[in-house]
Amino acid sequence: MGMTMTQKILAHHANLPSVRAGQLIMADLDMVLGNDITAPVAINEFPKFGKKTVFDKDKVALVPDHFSPNKDIKAAEQCKCLRTFAGEHDITNYFDVGQMGIEHALLPEKGLVGAGDLVIGADSHTCTYGALGAFSTGVGSTDMACGMATGQAWFKVPSAIKFNLTGSFAPYVCGKDLILHIIGMIGVDGALYQSMEFVGEGVANMNIDDRFTVANMAIEAGAKNGIFPVDEVALAYLKEHCPKEPVIYEADPDAEYERVIDIDLSKIKSTVSFPHLPSNTRTIDEVGEVRIDQVVIGSCTNGHISDLRQAAAILKGRKVAKHVRALIFPATQEIWKQAMHEGLFDIFVDSGCAVSTPTCGPCLGGHMGILAEGERAVSTTNRNFVGRMGHVKSEVYLASPAVAAASAVAGYIADPNKVEEV
Amino acid sequence: MQARGTVFRYGDNVDTDVIIPARYLNTSNHKELAQHCMEDIDQNFIKQVKKGDIMVADRNFGCGSSREHAPIAIKESGISCVIARTYARIFYRNAINIGLPILECPEACDGIKAGDVVSVDFSTGTITNETTKKVFHSEPFPPFMQDLISSGGLAGYIAKRGQQA
Repeated sequence: MGMTMTQKILAHHANLPSVRAGQLIMADLDMVLGNDITAPVAINEFPKFGKKTVFDKDKVALVPDHFSPNKDIKAAEQCKCLRTFAGEHDITNYFDVGQMGIEHALLPEKGLVGAGDLVIGADSHTCTYGALGAFSTGVGSTDMACGMATGQAWFKVPSAIKFNLTGSFAPYVCGKDLILHIIGMIGVDGALYQSMEFVGEGVANMNIDDRFTVANMAIEAGAKNGIFPVDEVALAYLKEHCPKEPVIYEADPDAEYERVIDIDLSKIKSTVSFPHLPSNTRTIDEVGEVRIDQVVIGSCTNGHISDLRQAAAILKGRKVAKHVRALIFPATQEIWKQAMHEGLFDIFVDSGCAVSTPTCGPCLGGHMGILAEGERAVSTTNRNFVGRMGHVKSEVYLASPAVAAASAVAGYIADPNKVEEV
Repeated sequence: MQARGTVFRYGDNVDTDVIIPARYLNTSNHKELAQHCMEDIDQNFIKQVKKGDIMVADRNFGCGSSREHAPIAIKESGISCVIARTYARIFYRNAINIGLPILECPEACDGIKAGDVVSVDFSTGTITNETTKKVFHSEPFPPFMQDLISSGGLAGYIAKRGQQA
């Protein structure tokens, strides 16, 4: 029987000629990632595995991005824990404030993930790297510690759902709308334990940032990973960033899928997830009037340069509504610099937005944009659970950068196509 | 290996943000984490939970973030076992890795209410609702997983095996 893209990568890393869904395997890891929340727990567990040092100092990445720049003394202690461990073990890929970016934008940008790689990260959005044809998945701190010690992890080989994409997006519609649409359709556990494989002629019409966004939120459908084929768009990105030779896996023609879902990208509308689940979606024409207090544009989901460009296209020459705080979080230092050189910061600041250094900050209710009781945010982040961005009685509405920017101007959730009418 | 206690009952999609809100993740101290366990959906949980008590929920328990702090907070609060219809995959892995026994059993979820007294035998997978006298069967843990859980998790299990080798 044929294998999916994911199954081929797993088989290769387990040194097996083939694998099938449900099989338990032990696989070699190309990269093990942790951040300032998950890595301290892993570092604490690490000595218990009986190894003096990490399996490969070039294949561990430590990124203090969640509560940094340090938000309080306890957060500072956690970041110090990473810094000390990185120093003791001579970790090559430790990125402190100044080099730091949001981990899932940073690792691809630094060329630390290549096509065909197998990556685990103690962060659920590690699945982002599927955009580059890698198998990557989120794990917990104990798995991270075990990975750092042994260079291996065990996996249950996943079955898969195939998403057959055709067409191209309408104006102001992007990868975020596609993945919210999918989660709305299949539910927050619709792909539980499975791979989401995105194929079809429509893939060529999605830029690499759209693909990062889609793969990033595979976890919000419960998936183990999301993955795209390695085409010219992916190869161009890899050529610019990653020194490794890409290893390309294509699904076999007779690969088995639990479900095949056809999606015409031209039919996707701007989509918003209402509180308190990413699956609670409405298209922009069904939203009604929802007054907002804050807009967040950024995160590992939508902090890439194309996201910032989309937001800037709408904010240019317009003002953020008086009662709205609009916060922009470029995902990495490089993206920050690029946005600055392209003049996007002039647009943001002139419109009344605040531009931050890269951090996960508000996405998880950490710092830099916490909501008070009763407040509502439109956010380009990935989760809208109860209390996610602050007070237990605050609300998060997930949307694309274009919808977020239009909403910032309108002061209520707004259609980017109708921003002229605001 | 057995567990016995009073049930705290929750619904679908109990996410890791409500199990332990991110605002408390600036520590990895188990006791501090446990003090805030479930507080965004059930402020009474931590006031009422006793050592050995059991948590029962519905679909997709533990969805969301990969924070191992979530099963750590549940375990440290005194909960001896979680029973749910299904689990989010990272949570499932993390719970086993830190030695928190968790069982999938939709029938038991249908037949257990908040406040019931439930006992679990992990070697047979038998779940008994002592309040209603109903008995349910889940897939028992294989011996290595029972050993892993009684070793306090993956690290303890691997260390113990290393000593035996």
